[in-house]
Amino acid sequence: MTRLHAQPGPITAPATSIFSEPYWEGCARGELRFQRCMSCSHPVHTPAAVCSACGADTLVWESSSGTGVIHSYTIVWRPVTQDFQVPYAPAIIELSEGWFLLTCVIDCETEALFVGAAVEISFHATADGVTLPYARLK
Amino acid sequence: MQQHPLHDVVITGVHNTRQAKVLEGHDSRSISLEAAHGAVADAGLNPIDIDGVVGPFGNDFIYQHRIGPVWRSLSPLGIPAVLEAAMAIACGLATTVLIATGEAGSHRQRSSTAPWTRPTNEFVAPFGMFTAAEFALMARRHMHLYGTTPESMAHVAAVIRNNGHVHPDAVFRDRGPFTVADVLESRMVADPFHLLDCAMTSEGGTAMVLTSADRASGSAKPVHVLGGGTDHFGPAYQNPPVWETGGRRRPDLIAGTVGRRASELAFSAAGISVEDVDVCEFYDPFSFEIIRQFEAFGFCGVGEGGDFVLSGAIEPGGRFPITTDGGTMSFSHGGAAVQLLQRVIRGVQQLRGTCSSMQVAGAEIAMCTGGGSGAMFTDVIVLGTGEP
Ligand SMILES: [Zn+2]
Repeated sequence: MTRLHAQPGPITAPATSIFSEPYWEGCARGELRFQRCMSCSHPVHTPAAVCSACGADTLVWESSSGTGVIHSYTIVWRPVTQDFQVPYAPAIIELSEGWFLLTCVIDCETEALFVGAAVEISFHATADGVTLPYARLK
Repeated sequence: MQQHPLHDVVITGVHNTRQAKVLEGHDSRSISLEAAHGAVADAGLNPIDIDGVVGPFGNDFIYQHRIGPVWRSLSPLGIPAVLEAAMAIACGLATTVLIATGEAGSHRQRSSTAPWTRPTNEFVAPFGMFTAAEFALMARRHMHLYGTTPESMAHVAAVIRNNGHVHPDAVFRDRGPFTVADVLESRMVADPFHLLDCAMTSEGGTAMVLTSADRASGSAKPVHVLGGGTDHFGPAYQNPPVWETGGRRRPDLIAGTVGRRASELAFSAAGISVEDVDVCEFYDPFSFEIIRQFEAFGFCGVGEGGDFVLSGAIEPGGRFPITTDGGTMSFSHGGAAVQLLQRVIRGVQQLRGTCSSMQVAGAEIAMCTGGGSGAMFTDVIVLGTGEP
């Protein structure tokens, strides 16, 4: 049994873009945001200029429920750099609104992970002043 | 019917420099130029015969040999470079094109994963992502949907590594033979990928010369470009690698089967189907990607790739032998792109009948690929010993 934790850092602050600034502002306030198309109501992530379902440029920011399921996951035992402590568990979360978020699952044993597991998003401030969304099993 | 324009193009020169974990005394420029000279010589030509270049040091080749003014492409390497060179020749922008690349000295600090595997994007870097983890997310989804097993992936890795084990020029020659158990017992990198399910890192140079069929009439054994295609689903390592990511153009095509459209284009141009393929020089960044490609290209149904690779088809002597030089797992993985061209070079060697190991007897059609689902792109080229 090996427990998964949030990374203690250091984690380099993400280089944000014009499209993504509202997303990271939301994270800093403990709010998971995505874009919603006003023309066809399709949810969009990563932050974009146009809707991936209909091409309209009528995207508005919305708050997510922060609940979803594990769509896929991996458990990393060889870290990308020595800054990351293993194991960690990158996962794709399908949020209840129907969009996909890449994050890590934390606060559980590695053996507890499975595709379809219910999760909720929680936020962790890293040592470097970045607030990241992580997933926890519900 | 009018002849397909690509069918006028042949590959007449190929060369791999020595491949090694570290090539002492070389940098990327020196090993690329060595590769270039090797391919030009293999084509029976002199540098002055080259009037088109592709690759990061192509401009150097132009200047050092004073062959300018000539056509130059900034195409990414691998199959897109071969197709662009072929198109340049077919369209009359050049008559004889050199593609050359190589890397040495760029990644010798091994406590981190290789620099070309590490994304910097805001949505993936904070979560410790790298290439193996991206591809593992695709493989895990496939395991969930279709029951694909780590054993089937390990079998792929063992076959490819054993091909390299007997290849005299492979970086990992004589490192085997490997069994499925050896792969499964190697340390875990990114579940379900063990160390031996993954590509290695090394250094090396590689190069190729293409020209028109009429100019190559004196050449020993020109290999014909029969068809090709490239499929992309958007930027890799920025967006979640969701298996089901689709497109608005054709809903039946998803990121999990990326390469299907490219293979349809390639087969159509070549006038062949999967049954006509004699050797599968598939790109092997991770063992699972071989399983996925057989499904994407229609060698078997989606979800059947695990059983397909366990059926005896992919071994030496099988119906569809794979990655016969040992690929990126055993032959070489020379950098960000060097190894992508080497899949095409191996296809040429197979069709020339000159492989020093794992020669597929009587091979007439080779299918070569690049990319992978975790990177959301796959490229395909089909080569033949003659015109269709
Ligand atoms: Zn829309």
